[in-house]
Amino acid sequence: MPSSLNPYQKAKITVTQKRSDLKTFFYGTGDMVAFAGRFFREVWRPPFEWREVLYQCYLVGYKSTFLIGLTGFIMGLVLTIQTRPSMAAFGAISMIPGMISVSVVREIGPVITAIICCGKVGSRMGAELGSMKVTEQIDAMEVSAINPYKYLVVTRTLATTLMIPLLAIFADVIALIGGYVAMNIHDATTFRHFFAVAMAHLEFIDVFPAIVKTFFFGFVVGIIGCYKGYHARRGTESVGVAANAAVVTGSLAVFVIDLLAAQITDLIT
Amino acid sequence: MKDITWNENGHPGEAGQPEEETTEIEGWDDDKRPAEEGTKEEGQPEDANLPVVSIKGLRKSFKDHEVLKGVDLHVNKGENLVVLGKSGSGKSVLIKCLVRLEWPDEGELKVFGKDISTLSYDELNEMRLRTGFLFQNAALYDSMTVRENLAFPLKQHKKKVAAEKKEELIMEMLDNVGLADVIDQMPSKLSGGQSKRIGLARTLILRPELMLYDEPTTGLDTGTAKEISELMIKTKNKYNISSITITHDMACARMTADRIIMLKEGVIVAEGSYEELEKSDDEWIKSFFS
Repeated sequence: MPSSLNPYQKAKITVTQKRSDLKTFFYGTGDMVAFAGRFFREVWRPPFEWREVLYQCYLVGYKSTFLIGLTGFIMGLVLTIQTRPSMAAFGAISMIPGMISVSVVREIGPVITAIICCGKVGSRMGAELGSMKVTEQIDAMEVSAINPYKYLVVTRTLATTLMIPLLAIFADVIALIGGYVAMNIHDATTFRHFFAVAMAHLEFIDVFPAIVKTFFFGFVVGIIGCYKGYHARRGTESVGVAANAAVVTGSLAVFVIDLLAAQITDLIT
Repeated sequence: MKDITWNENGHPGEAGQPEEETTEIEGWDDDKRPAEEGTKEEGQPEDANLPVVSIKGLRKSFKDHEVLKGVDLHVNKGENLVVLGKSGSGKSVLIKCLVRLEWPDEGELKVFGKDISTLSYDELNEMRLRTGFLFQNAALYDSMTVRENLAFPLKQHKKKVAAEKKEELIMEMLDNVGLADVIDQMPSKLSGGQSKRIGLARTLILRPELMLYDEPTTGLDTGTAKEISELMIKTKNKYNISSITITHDMACARMTADRIIMLKEGVIVAEGSYEELEKSDDEWIKSFFS
Protein backbone atom coordinates (compact mmCIF):
# COMPACT_ATOMS: atom_id res chain seq x y z
CA MET A 1 0.00 0.00 0.00
CA PRO A 2 1.55 3.39 -0.97
CA SER A 3 2.59 5.47 2.05
CA SER A 4 1.29 8.68 0.41
CA LEU A 5 -2.31 7.64 1.03
CA ASN A 6 -4.27 9.20 3.86
CA PRO A 7 -5.73 6.95 6.61
CA TYR A 8 -9.21 7.06 5.03
CA GLN A 9 -7.88 5.84 1.68
CA LYS A 10 -5.83 3.12 3.39
CA ALA A 11 -8.86 1.96 5.35
CA LYS A 12 -10.93 1.91 2.18
CA ILE A 13 -8.37 -0.24 0.37
CA THR A 14 -8.13 -2.62 3.35
CA VAL A 15 -11.92 -2.97 3.55
CA THR A 16 -12.11 -3.62 -0.20
CA GLN A 17 -9.41 -6.28 0.05
CA LYS A 18 -11.08 -7.96 3.02
CA ARG A 19 -14.40 -7.91 1.22
CA SER A 20 -12.78 -9.53 -1.79
CA ASP A 21 -11.12 -12.17 0.46
CA LEU A 22 -14.45 -12.88 2.10
CA LYS A 23 -16.12 -13.21 -1.29
CA THR A 24 -13.39 -15.64 -2.41
CA PHE A 25 -13.84 -17.63 0.81
CA PHE A 26 -17.59 -17.95 0.30
CA TYR A 27 -17.18 -18.82 -3.39
CA GLY A 28 -14.59 -21.46 -2.43
CA THR A 29 -16.80 -22.90 0.30
CA GLY A 30 -19.80 -23.00 -2.02
CA ASP A 31 -17.74 -24.69 -4.70
CA MET A 32 -16.51 -27.27 -2.21
CA VAL A 33 -20.06 -27.97 -1.01
CA ALA A 34 -21.19 -28.43 -4.62
CA PHE A 35 -18.22 -30.75 -5.20
CA ALA A 36 -19.19 -32.78 -2.11
CA GLY A 37 -22.84 -32.79 -3.20
CA ARG A 38 -21.84 -34.31 -6.53
CA PHE A 39 -20.46 -37.30 -4.58
CA PHE A 40 -23.98 -38.26 -3.46
CA ARG A 41 -25.23 -38.15 -7.05
CA GLU A 42 -22.33 -40.08 -8.56
CA VAL A 43 -21.97 -42.74 -5.88
CA TRP A 44 -25.22 -44.46 -6.89
CA ARG A 45 -24.61 -44.37 -10.63
CA PRO A 46 -23.10 -47.38 -12.39
CA PRO A 47 -20.47 -48.40 -13.35
CA PHE A 48 -19.21 -49.11 -9.83
CA GLU A 49 -15.46 -49.11 -9.50
CA TRP A 50 -15.28 -51.77 -6.77
CA ARG A 51 -11.74 -52.82 -7.58
CA GLU A 52 -10.49 -49.25 -7.25
CA VAL A 53 -12.49 -48.76 -4.02
CA LEU A 54 -10.87 -51.90 -2.57
CA TYR A 55 -7.42 -50.74 -3.62
CA GLN A 56 -8.01 -47.35 -2.02
CA CYS A 57 -9.31 -49.07 1.15
CA TYR A 58 -6.05 -51.03 1.20
CA LEU A 59 -4.05 -47.80 0.86
CA VAL A 60 -6.08 -45.86 3.42
CA GLY A 61 -6.77 -48.65 5.89
CA TYR A 62 -4.11 -51.32 5.82
CA LYS A 63 -1.24 -48.97 4.99
CA SER A 64 -2.14 -46.72 7.95
CA THR A 65 -2.52 -49.41 10.61
CA PHE A 66 1.05 -49.26 11.91
CA LEU A 67 1.05 -45.47 12.20
CA ILE A 68 -2.39 -45.36 13.80
CA GLY A 69 -1.53 -48.25 16.12
CA LEU A 70 1.73 -46.67 17.27
CA THR A 71 0.06 -43.30 17.80
CA GLY A 72 -2.80 -44.92 19.69
CA PHE A 73 -0.40 -46.83 21.92
CA ILE A 74 1.60 -43.68 22.74
CA MET A 75 -1.65 -41.77 23.29
CA GLY A 76 -2.81 -44.34 25.87
CA LEU A 77 0.59 -44.36 27.57
CA VAL A 78 0.88 -40.58 27.82
CA LEU A 79 -2.70 -40.08 28.95
CA THR A 80 -2.31 -42.58 31.76
CA ILE A 81 1.13 -41.34 32.84
CA GLN A 82 0.00 -37.71 32.92
CA THR A 83 -3.32 -38.22 34.70
CA ARG A 84 -2.06 -40.71 37.29
CA PRO A 85 -0.59 -38.12 39.72
CA SER A 86 -3.84 -36.10 39.83
CA MET A 87 -5.94 -39.23 40.20
CA ALA A 88 -3.61 -40.53 42.89
CA ALA A 89 -3.96 -37.23 44.81
CA PHE A 90 -7.72 -37.84 44.97
CA GLY A 91 -7.29 -41.52 45.77
CA ALA A 92 -8.99 -42.39 42.50
CA ILE A 93 -6.39 -44.62 40.87
CA SER A 94 -9.02 -47.31 40.36
CA MET A 95 -10.90 -44.84 38.16
CA ILE A 96 -8.02 -44.49 35.68
CA PRO A 97 -9.15 -47.29 33.31
CA GLY A 98 -12.64 -45.78 33.13
CA MET A 99 -11.27 -42.28 32.58
CA ILE A 100 -8.93 -43.54 29.85
CA SER A 101 -11.64 -45.52 28.07
CA VAL A 102 -14.20 -42.69 28.08
CA SER A 103 -11.74 -40.01 26.95
CA VAL A 104 -10.16 -42.24 24.31
CA VAL A 105 -13.39 -43.62 22.86
CA ARG A 106 -15.36 -40.37 22.97
CA GLU A 107 -12.76 -37.92 21.82
CA ILE A 108 -9.07 -38.67 21.53
CA GLY A 109 -9.22 -41.83 19.42
CA PRO A 110 -11.51 -40.54 16.66
CA VAL A 111 -9.96 -37.07 16.47
CA ILE A 112 -6.33 -38.19 16.51
CA THR A 113 -7.08 -40.88 13.92
CA ALA A 114 -8.81 -38.35 11.65
CA ILE A 115 -5.99 -35.84 12.01
CA ILE A 116 -3.32 -38.44 11.25
CA CYS A 117 -5.31 -39.67 8.25
CA CYS A 118 -5.72 -36.10 7.12
CA GLY A 119 -1.94 -35.68 7.16
CA LYS A 120 -1.18 -39.05 5.63
CA VAL A 121 -4.10 -39.80 3.33
CA GLY A 122 -5.59 -36.36 2.63
CA SER A 123 -2.23 -34.90 1.63
CA ARG A 124 -1.51 -37.92 -0.59
CA MET A 125 -4.84 -37.50 -2.34
CA GLY A 126 -4.30 -33.75 -2.75
CA ALA A 127 -0.83 -34.29 -4.20
CA GLU A 128 -1.83 -37.25 -6.37
CA LEU A 129 -4.86 -35.61 -7.92
CA GLY A 130 -3.04 -32.28 -8.13
CA SER A 131 -0.23 -33.92 -10.04
CA MET A 132 -2.77 -35.67 -12.30
CA LYS A 133 -4.43 -32.33 -12.96
CA VAL A 134 -1.14 -30.58 -13.74
CA THR A 135 0.00 -33.33 -16.11
CA GLU A 136 -3.43 -33.38 -17.82
CA GLN A 137 -4.18 -36.97 -16.74
CA ILE A 138 -7.59 -35.89 -15.46
CA ASP A 139 -8.27 -34.18 -18.80
CA ALA A 140 -7.11 -37.36 -20.55
CA MET A 141 -9.73 -39.34 -18.64
CA GLU A 142 -12.36 -36.75 -19.47
CA VAL A 143 -11.68 -36.86 -23.21
CA SER A 144 -11.66 -40.67 -23.14
CA ALA A 145 -15.28 -40.44 -21.95
CA ILE A 146 -14.29 -41.72 -18.50
CA ASN A 147 -15.83 -39.84 -15.60
CA PRO A 148 -12.78 -38.75 -13.57
CA TYR A 149 -14.92 -37.65 -10.63
CA LYS A 150 -16.39 -41.09 -10.35
CA TYR A 151 -13.15 -42.95 -10.86
CA LEU A 152 -10.92 -40.75 -8.71
CA VAL A 153 -13.06 -38.87 -6.20
CA VAL A 154 -15.90 -41.26 -5.41
CA THR A 155 -13.57 -44.23 -4.90
CA ARG A 156 -11.15 -42.35 -2.66
CA THR A 157 -13.86 -40.68 -0.59
CA LEU A 158 -15.70 -43.98 -0.12
CA ALA A 159 -12.45 -45.55 1.04
CA THR A 160 -11.76 -42.87 3.67
CA THR A 161 -15.41 -42.89 4.80
CA LEU A 162 -15.29 -46.65 5.38
CA MET A 163 -11.74 -47.00 6.66
CA ILE A 164 -11.35 -44.11 9.12
CA PRO A 165 -14.09 -45.46 11.46
CA LEU A 166 -12.32 -48.85 11.47
CA LEU A 167 -8.98 -47.18 12.11
CA ALA A 168 -10.52 -45.15 14.95
CA ILE A 169 -11.84 -48.32 16.62
CA PHE A 170 -8.42 -49.90 16.16
CA ALA A 171 -6.76 -46.80 17.68
CA ASP A 172 -9.16 -46.96 20.67
CA VAL A 173 -8.25 -50.57 21.39
CA ILE A 174 -4.51 -49.99 21.06
CA ALA A 175 -4.75 -46.84 23.24
CA LEU A 176 -6.39 -48.91 25.97
CA ILE A 177 -3.55 -51.40 25.73
CA GLY A 178 -1.14 -48.47 26.03
CA GLY A 179 -3.07 -47.31 29.10
CA TYR A 180 -2.81 -50.78 30.62
CA VAL A 181 0.97 -50.84 30.05
CA ALA A 182 1.40 -47.38 31.63
CA MET A 183 -0.80 -48.36 34.55
CA ASN A 184 1.52 -51.28 35.25
CA ILE A 185 4.54 -49.02 35.62
CA HIS A 186 3.39 -48.00 39.11
CA ASP A 187 0.44 -50.19 39.93
CA ALA A 188 -0.03 -53.90 39.41
CA THR A 189 -3.24 -54.72 37.59
CA THR A 190 -4.25 -57.61 35.39
CA PHE A 191 -5.17 -57.11 31.77
CA ARG A 192 -8.59 -58.62 32.36
CA HIS A 193 -9.32 -56.35 35.33
CA PHE A 194 -8.15 -53.23 33.52
CA PHE A 195 -10.40 -53.96 30.52
CA ALA A 196 -13.35 -54.96 32.69
CA VAL A 197 -13.20 -51.62 34.55
CA ALA A 198 -12.60 -49.69 31.33
CA MET A 199 -15.59 -51.29 29.58
CA ALA A 200 -17.81 -50.90 32.63
CA HIS A 201 -17.51 -47.13 32.35
CA LEU A 202 -18.46 -47.02 28.69
CA GLU A 203 -22.08 -46.40 27.80
CA PHE A 204 -23.95 -46.44 24.49
CA ILE A 205 -23.88 -42.64 24.37
CA ASP A 206 -20.08 -42.71 24.62
CA VAL A 207 -19.58 -45.19 21.82
CA PHE A 208 -22.33 -44.58 19.26
CA PRO A 209 -21.89 -40.84 18.56
CA ALA A 210 -18.11 -41.34 18.53
CA ILE A 211 -18.41 -43.96 15.80
CA VAL A 212 -20.95 -41.95 13.82
CA LYS A 213 -18.72 -38.86 13.78
CA THR A 214 -15.78 -40.88 12.41
CA PHE A 215 -17.78 -41.53 9.22
CA PHE A 216 -18.11 -37.75 8.81
CA PHE A 217 -14.40 -37.34 9.56
CA GLY A 218 -13.62 -39.92 6.89
CA PHE A 219 -15.87 -38.23 4.38
CA VAL A 220 -14.39 -34.75 4.86
CA VAL A 221 -10.79 -36.01 4.83
CA GLY A 222 -11.42 -37.75 1.50
CA ILE A 223 -13.55 -35.13 -0.20
CA ILE A 224 -11.35 -32.19 0.83
CA GLY A 225 -8.16 -34.02 -0.21
CA CYS A 226 -9.72 -34.78 -3.58
CA TYR A 227 -11.21 -31.29 -3.99
CA LYS A 228 -7.89 -29.58 -3.40
CA GLY A 229 -6.12 -31.87 -5.85
CA TYR A 230 -8.88 -31.78 -8.45
CA HIS A 231 -8.84 -27.99 -8.46
CA ALA A 232 -5.07 -27.57 -8.50
CA ARG A 233 -3.92 -24.91 -10.90
CA ARG A 234 -1.41 -25.53 -13.64
CA GLY A 235 2.23 -25.69 -12.56
CA THR A 236 4.19 -27.96 -10.25
CA GLU A 237 4.01 -25.51 -7.34
CA SER A 238 0.26 -26.03 -7.17
CA VAL A 239 0.76 -29.73 -6.32
CA GLY A 240 2.45 -28.75 -3.07
CA VAL A 241 -0.17 -26.09 -2.45
CA ALA A 242 -2.95 -28.66 -3.00
CA ALA A 243 -1.38 -31.17 -0.58
CA ASN A 244 -0.87 -28.47 2.03
CA ALA A 245 -4.38 -27.07 1.63
CA ALA A 246 -5.82 -30.59 1.89
CA VAL A 247 -4.21 -31.04 5.31
CA VAL A 248 -5.01 -27.57 6.66
CA THR A 249 -8.62 -27.46 5.46
CA GLY A 250 -9.23 -31.11 6.29
CA SER A 251 -7.93 -30.76 9.87
CA LEU A 252 -10.02 -27.65 10.38
CA ALA A 253 -13.11 -29.44 9.06
CA VAL A 254 -12.46 -32.36 11.44
CA PHE A 255 -12.42 -30.00 14.43
CA VAL A 256 -15.57 -28.20 13.27
CA ILE A 257 -17.40 -31.53 12.88
CA ASP A 258 -16.10 -32.60 16.29
CA LEU A 259 -17.50 -29.43 17.84
CA LEU A 260 -20.88 -29.97 16.16
CA ALA A 261 -20.90 -33.63 17.21
CA ALA A 262 -20.16 -32.64 20.83
CA GLN A 263 -23.02 -30.12 20.79
CA ILE A 264 -25.46 -32.59 19.23
CA THR A 265 -24.48 -35.35 21.69
CA ASP A 266 -24.88 -32.89 24.53
CA LEU A 267 -28.37 -31.97 23.32
CA ILE A 268 -29.39 -35.63 23.03
CA THR A 269 -28.18 -36.59 26.52
CA MET B 1 7.42 -50.08 -37.34
CA LYS B 2 6.52 -50.66 -40.97
CA ASP B 3 7.86 -48.36 -43.69
CA ILE B 4 5.74 -45.67 -45.28
CA THR B 5 6.23 -44.49 -48.86
CA TRP B 6 6.49 -40.73 -49.36
CA ASN B 7 5.77 -38.45 -52.25
CA GLU B 8 7.91 -35.41 -52.85
CA ASN B 9 5.85 -33.19 -50.55
CA GLY B 10 6.46 -35.51 -47.68
CA HIS B 11 2.96 -36.92 -47.92
CA PRO B 12 2.38 -40.64 -47.96
CA GLY B 13 2.12 -42.16 -51.43
CA GLU B 14 -1.36 -42.78 -52.76
CA ALA B 15 -0.40 -46.00 -54.49
CA GLY B 16 1.56 -48.84 -53.03
CA GLN B 17 0.38 -48.12 -49.53
CA PRO B 18 0.66 -51.40 -47.67
CA GLU B 19 -2.66 -52.74 -46.51
CA GLU B 20 -2.21 -53.59 -42.86
CA GLU B 21 -4.37 -55.96 -40.92
CA THR B 22 -6.42 -54.65 -38.05
CA THR B 23 -7.84 -56.75 -35.28
CA GLU B 24 -11.54 -57.41 -35.62
CA ILE B 25 -13.03 -57.52 -32.18
CA GLU B 26 -16.17 -59.41 -31.24
CA GLY B 27 -18.49 -57.35 -29.12
CA TRP B 28 -16.88 -54.16 -30.34
CA ASP B 29 -20.24 -52.79 -31.38
CA ASP B 30 -21.47 -52.75 -27.82
CA ASP B 31 -20.64 -49.05 -27.69
CA LYS B 32 -22.97 -46.33 -28.84
CA ARG B 33 -21.00 -45.52 -31.93
CA PRO B 34 -23.31 -44.52 -34.76
CA ALA B 35 -23.82 -46.80 -37.69
CA GLU B 36 -21.30 -46.99 -40.51
CA GLU B 37 -21.20 -44.23 -43.05
CA GLY B 38 -23.91 -44.29 -45.64
CA THR B 39 -26.45 -45.57 -43.18
CA LYS B 40 -28.61 -43.29 -41.09
CA GLU B 41 -28.99 -43.48 -37.38
CA GLU B 42 -32.52 -42.99 -36.15
CA GLY B 43 -33.35 -39.31 -36.11
CA GLN B 44 -29.74 -38.31 -36.68
CA PRO B 45 -28.73 -38.45 -40.30
CA GLU B 46 -25.00 -38.28 -40.86
CA ASP B 47 -23.94 -37.07 -44.28
CA ALA B 48 -20.59 -38.41 -45.46
CA ASN B 49 -19.98 -35.12 -47.30
CA LEU B 50 -20.40 -33.03 -44.17
CA PRO B 51 -17.17 -31.79 -42.62
CA VAL B 52 -16.10 -33.82 -39.58
CA VAL B 53 -15.44 -30.59 -37.72
CA SER B 54 -17.04 -27.25 -38.43
CA ILE B 55 -16.36 -24.14 -36.35
CA LYS B 56 -18.04 -20.80 -36.88
CA GLY B 57 -17.31 -17.60 -34.99
CA LEU B 58 -15.51 -19.25 -32.05
CA ARG B 59 -14.63 -16.79 -29.30
CA LYS B 60 -12.98 -17.60 -26.00
CA SER B 61 -11.66 -15.31 -23.28
CA PHE B 62 -9.85 -15.90 -20.02
CA LYS B 63 -10.85 -13.03 -17.73
CA ASP B 64 -10.04 -9.91 -19.76
CA HIS B 65 -7.79 -11.65 -22.26
CA GLU B 66 -9.55 -12.69 -25.44
CA VAL B 67 -7.69 -15.72 -26.79
CA LEU B 68 -9.85 -16.65 -29.77
CA LYS B 69 -11.52 -13.84 -31.69
CA GLY B 70 -14.03 -15.41 -34.05
CA VAL B 71 -12.35 -18.45 -35.57
CA ASP B 72 -13.99 -20.21 -38.54
CA LEU B 73 -12.66 -23.51 -39.82
CA HIS B 74 -13.67 -26.93 -41.04
CA VAL B 75 -12.02 -30.33 -41.37
CA ASN B 76 -13.10 -32.74 -44.08
CA LYS B 77 -13.21 -36.49 -43.72
CA GLY B 78 -9.74 -38.04 -43.92
CA GLU B 79 -8.03 -34.66 -43.88
CA ASN B 80 -5.28 -33.50 -41.54
CA LEU B 81 -5.60 -29.83 -40.77
CA VAL B 82 -2.52 -28.29 -39.18
CA VAL B 83 -3.00 -25.19 -37.05
CA LEU B 84 0.17 -23.13 -36.92
CA GLY B 85 0.80 -20.22 -34.63
CA LYS B 86 3.08 -18.88 -31.98
CA SER B 87 2.77 -19.76 -28.30
CA GLY B 88 -0.23 -18.14 -26.67
CA SER B 89 -2.11 -17.68 -29.93
CA GLY B 90 -4.97 -19.90 -28.74
CA LYS B 91 -4.18 -23.07 -30.71
CA SER B 92 -4.56 -25.51 -27.82
CA VAL B 93 -7.67 -23.72 -26.53
CA LEU B 94 -9.19 -24.22 -29.97
CA ILE B 95 -9.01 -28.02 -29.84
CA LYS B 96 -9.88 -28.13 -26.13
CA CYS B 97 -13.13 -26.35 -27.00
CA LEU B 98 -13.88 -29.14 -29.48
CA VAL B 99 -13.99 -31.78 -26.73
CA ARG B 100 -15.48 -29.37 -24.20
CA LEU B 101 -12.43 -29.30 -21.95
CA GLU B 102 -12.93 -25.56 -22.35
CA TRP B 103 -16.29 -23.87 -22.84
CA PRO B 104 -16.44 -21.47 -25.76
CA ASP B 105 -17.89 -18.04 -24.99
CA GLU B 106 -19.48 -17.73 -28.41
CA GLY B 107 -19.69 -19.58 -31.69
CA GLU B 108 -20.97 -22.77 -33.24
CA LEU B 109 -18.85 -25.90 -32.92
CA LYS B 110 -20.02 -28.98 -34.76
CA VAL B 111 -18.25 -32.31 -34.49
CA PHE B 112 -19.62 -35.17 -36.62
CA GLY B 113 -22.46 -32.80 -37.52
CA LYS B 114 -23.59 -32.28 -33.92
CA ASP B 115 -23.43 -28.95 -32.13
CA ILE B 116 -21.34 -29.80 -29.08
CA SER B 117 -22.77 -27.00 -26.94
CA THR B 118 -26.19 -28.67 -26.99
CA LEU B 119 -24.99 -32.19 -26.15
CA SER B 120 -25.93 -33.82 -22.87
CA TYR B 121 -23.14 -35.40 -20.81
CA ASP B 122 -23.87 -38.85 -22.24
CA GLU B 123 -24.04 -37.53 -25.81
CA LEU B 124 -20.81 -35.64 -25.24
CA ASN B 125 -19.16 -38.86 -24.09
CA GLU B 126 -20.42 -40.64 -27.22
CA MET B 127 -18.77 -37.91 -29.27
CA ARG B 128 -15.58 -38.13 -27.19
CA LEU B 129 -15.41 -41.87 -27.83
CA ARG B 130 -15.17 -41.10 -31.54
CA THR B 131 -12.50 -38.47 -30.90
CA GLY B 132 -8.91 -39.09 -29.81
CA PHE B 133 -6.80 -36.48 -28.07
CA LEU B 134 -3.03 -36.69 -27.83
CA PHE B 135 -1.85 -34.30 -25.14
CA GLN B 136 1.36 -32.33 -25.36
CA ASN B 137 3.00 -34.39 -22.59
CA ALA B 138 1.11 -37.60 -23.52
CA ALA B 139 -0.73 -37.55 -20.13
CA LEU B 140 -0.08 -41.22 -19.40
CA TYR B 141 -1.53 -42.41 -16.09
CA ASP B 142 1.64 -42.58 -14.06
CA SER B 143 0.31 -45.02 -11.47
CA MET B 144 -0.33 -47.62 -14.20
CA THR B 145 2.00 -49.66 -16.39
CA VAL B 146 1.93 -49.22 -20.16
CA ARG B 147 -0.33 -52.29 -20.45
CA GLU B 148 -2.74 -50.88 -17.84
CA ASN B 149 -2.71 -47.50 -19.57
CA LEU B 150 -3.89 -49.13 -22.78
CA ALA B 151 -6.27 -51.51 -21.03
CA PHE B 152 -7.93 -48.75 -19.00
CA PRO B 153 -10.13 -47.24 -21.78
CA LEU B 154 -11.02 -50.76 -22.95
CA LYS B 155 -11.98 -51.79 -19.43
CA GLN B 156 -14.23 -48.75 -19.17
CA HIS B 157 -15.89 -48.88 -22.57
CA LYS B 158 -15.54 -52.40 -23.97
CA LYS B 159 -16.74 -54.52 -21.12
CA LYS B 160 -18.16 -57.22 -23.41
CA VAL B 161 -14.90 -57.76 -25.25
CA ALA B 162 -13.08 -60.89 -24.07
CA ALA B 163 -9.85 -60.46 -22.12
CA GLU B 164 -7.77 -62.26 -24.80
CA LYS B 165 -9.14 -59.98 -27.49
CA LYS B 166 -8.31 -56.94 -25.38
CA GLU B 167 -4.78 -58.24 -24.97
CA GLU B 168 -4.58 -58.82 -28.72
CA LEU B 169 -5.70 -55.27 -29.35
CA ILE B 170 -3.19 -53.86 -26.86
CA MET B 171 -0.41 -55.75 -28.62
CA GLU B 172 -1.62 -54.53 -32.03
CA MET B 173 -1.55 -50.93 -30.85
CA LEU B 174 1.88 -51.32 -29.28
CA ASP B 175 3.14 -52.96 -32.49
CA ASN B 176 1.75 -50.01 -34.44
CA VAL B 177 3.90 -47.63 -32.44
CA GLY B 178 6.84 -50.05 -32.31
CA LEU B 179 6.95 -50.33 -28.54
CA ALA B 180 5.70 -53.82 -27.72
CA ASP B 181 8.76 -54.40 -25.54
CA VAL B 182 7.87 -51.71 -22.97
CA ILE B 183 4.47 -53.20 -22.17
CA ASP B 184 5.20 -53.80 -18.49
CA GLN B 185 7.13 -50.60 -17.83
CA MET B 186 5.91 -47.64 -15.83
CA PRO B 187 5.51 -44.33 -17.71
CA SER B 188 8.26 -42.77 -15.57
CA LYS B 189 10.76 -45.15 -17.23
CA LEU B 190 9.86 -44.01 -20.75
CA SER B 191 11.55 -41.31 -22.78
CA GLY B 192 9.59 -38.33 -24.12
CA GLY B 193 9.24 -39.90 -27.57
CA GLN B 194 8.19 -43.26 -26.14
CA SER B 195 5.59 -41.58 -23.92
CA LYS B 196 4.13 -39.78 -26.94
CA ARG B 197 3.93 -43.03 -28.88
CA ILE B 198 2.28 -44.87 -25.98
CA GLY B 199 -0.11 -41.91 -25.62
CA LEU B 200 -0.97 -42.28 -29.29
CA ALA B 201 -1.47 -46.04 -28.90
CA ARG B 202 -3.76 -45.48 -25.92
CA THR B 203 -5.79 -42.96 -27.87
CA LEU B 204 -6.05 -45.17 -30.96
CA ILE B 205 -7.17 -48.21 -29.01
CA LEU B 206 -10.75 -46.90 -29.03
CA ARG B 207 -10.56 -46.48 -32.83
CA PRO B 208 -11.33 -42.76 -33.03
CA GLU B 209 -12.54 -41.22 -36.25
CA LEU B 210 -11.07 -37.83 -35.41
CA MET B 211 -7.67 -37.20 -33.81
CA LEU B 212 -6.67 -33.99 -32.08
CA TYR B 213 -2.91 -33.65 -31.67
CA ASP B 214 -1.74 -31.00 -29.23
CA GLU B 215 1.85 -30.17 -30.17
CA PRO B 216 2.81 -33.80 -30.81
CA THR B 217 6.49 -33.14 -31.50
CA THR B 218 7.24 -30.42 -28.96
CA GLY B 219 10.20 -31.18 -26.72
CA LEU B 220 11.49 -34.02 -28.89
CA ASP B 221 14.74 -34.26 -30.82
CA THR B 222 14.54 -34.01 -34.62
CA GLY B 223 14.74 -37.77 -35.19
CA THR B 224 12.06 -38.65 -32.64
CA ALA B 225 9.85 -35.79 -33.88
CA LYS B 226 10.10 -37.24 -37.39
CA GLU B 227 9.15 -40.68 -36.07
CA ILE B 228 6.06 -39.22 -34.39
CA SER B 229 5.08 -37.40 -37.59
CA GLU B 230 5.49 -40.64 -39.54
CA LEU B 231 3.32 -42.43 -37.01
CA MET B 232 0.63 -39.78 -37.39
CA ILE B 233 0.56 -40.34 -41.14
CA LYS B 234 0.63 -44.09 -40.73
CA THR B 235 -2.33 -44.10 -38.35
CA LYS B 236 -4.24 -41.66 -40.53
CA ASN B 237 -3.87 -43.94 -43.53
CA LYS B 238 -4.43 -47.18 -41.68
CA TYR B 239 -7.56 -46.14 -39.82
CA ASN B 240 -8.77 -43.37 -42.19
CA ILE B 241 -8.72 -40.81 -39.40
CA SER B 242 -9.40 -37.10 -39.82
CA SER B 243 -7.23 -34.93 -37.62
CA ILE B 244 -6.33 -31.49 -36.36
CA THR B 245 -2.70 -30.97 -35.42
CA ILE B 246 -1.63 -28.06 -33.27
CA THR B 247 2.04 -27.34 -33.75
CA HIS B 248 4.75 -24.83 -34.38
CA ASP B 249 7.12 -27.51 -35.67
CA MET B 250 7.42 -26.80 -39.38
CA ALA B 251 8.91 -30.20 -40.19
CA CYS B 252 5.87 -31.88 -38.65
CA ALA B 253 3.56 -29.49 -40.51
CA ARG B 254 5.30 -30.15 -43.83
CA MET B 255 5.10 -33.92 -43.38
CA THR B 256 1.59 -34.28 -42.08
CA ALA B 257 -0.51 -31.36 -43.32
CA ASP B 258 -3.13 -31.63 -46.03
CA ARG B 259 -4.05 -28.04 -45.30
CA ILE B 260 -2.63 -25.44 -42.93
CA ILE B 261 -4.27 -22.52 -41.17
CA MET B 262 -2.23 -19.90 -39.38
CA LEU B 263 -3.49 -18.40 -36.16
CA LYS B 264 -2.25 -15.01 -35.03
CA GLU B 265 -3.54 -13.51 -31.79
CA GLY B 266 -6.74 -15.53 -31.97
CA VAL B 267 -7.52 -14.79 -35.62
CA ILE B 268 -6.92 -16.94 -38.71
CA VAL B 269 -4.62 -14.94 -40.94
CA ALA B 270 -3.77 -17.46 -43.65
CA GLU B 271 -4.91 -20.77 -45.05
CA GLY B 272 -3.51 -23.07 -47.69
CA SER B 273 -1.15 -25.91 -48.40
CA TYR B 274 2.41 -25.91 -47.07
CA GLU B 275 3.76 -24.96 -50.50
CA GLU B 276 1.29 -22.10 -50.95
CA LEU B 277 2.03 -20.61 -47.55
CA GLU B 278 5.77 -21.04 -48.04
CA LYS B 279 5.55 -18.66 -51.00
CA SER B 280 3.68 -15.99 -49.06
CA ASP B 281 5.07 -12.44 -49.00
CA ASP B 282 3.71 -11.72 -45.53
CA GLU B 283 6.59 -11.17 -43.10
CA TRP B 284 4.85 -12.88 -40.21
CA ILE B 285 4.07 -15.98 -42.28
CA LYS B 286 7.56 -16.02 -43.75
CA SER B 287 9.02 -16.05 -40.24
CA PHE B 288 7.67 -19.59 -39.78
CA PHE B 289 9.21 -20.92 -42.98
CA SER B 290 12.62 -19.31 -42.70
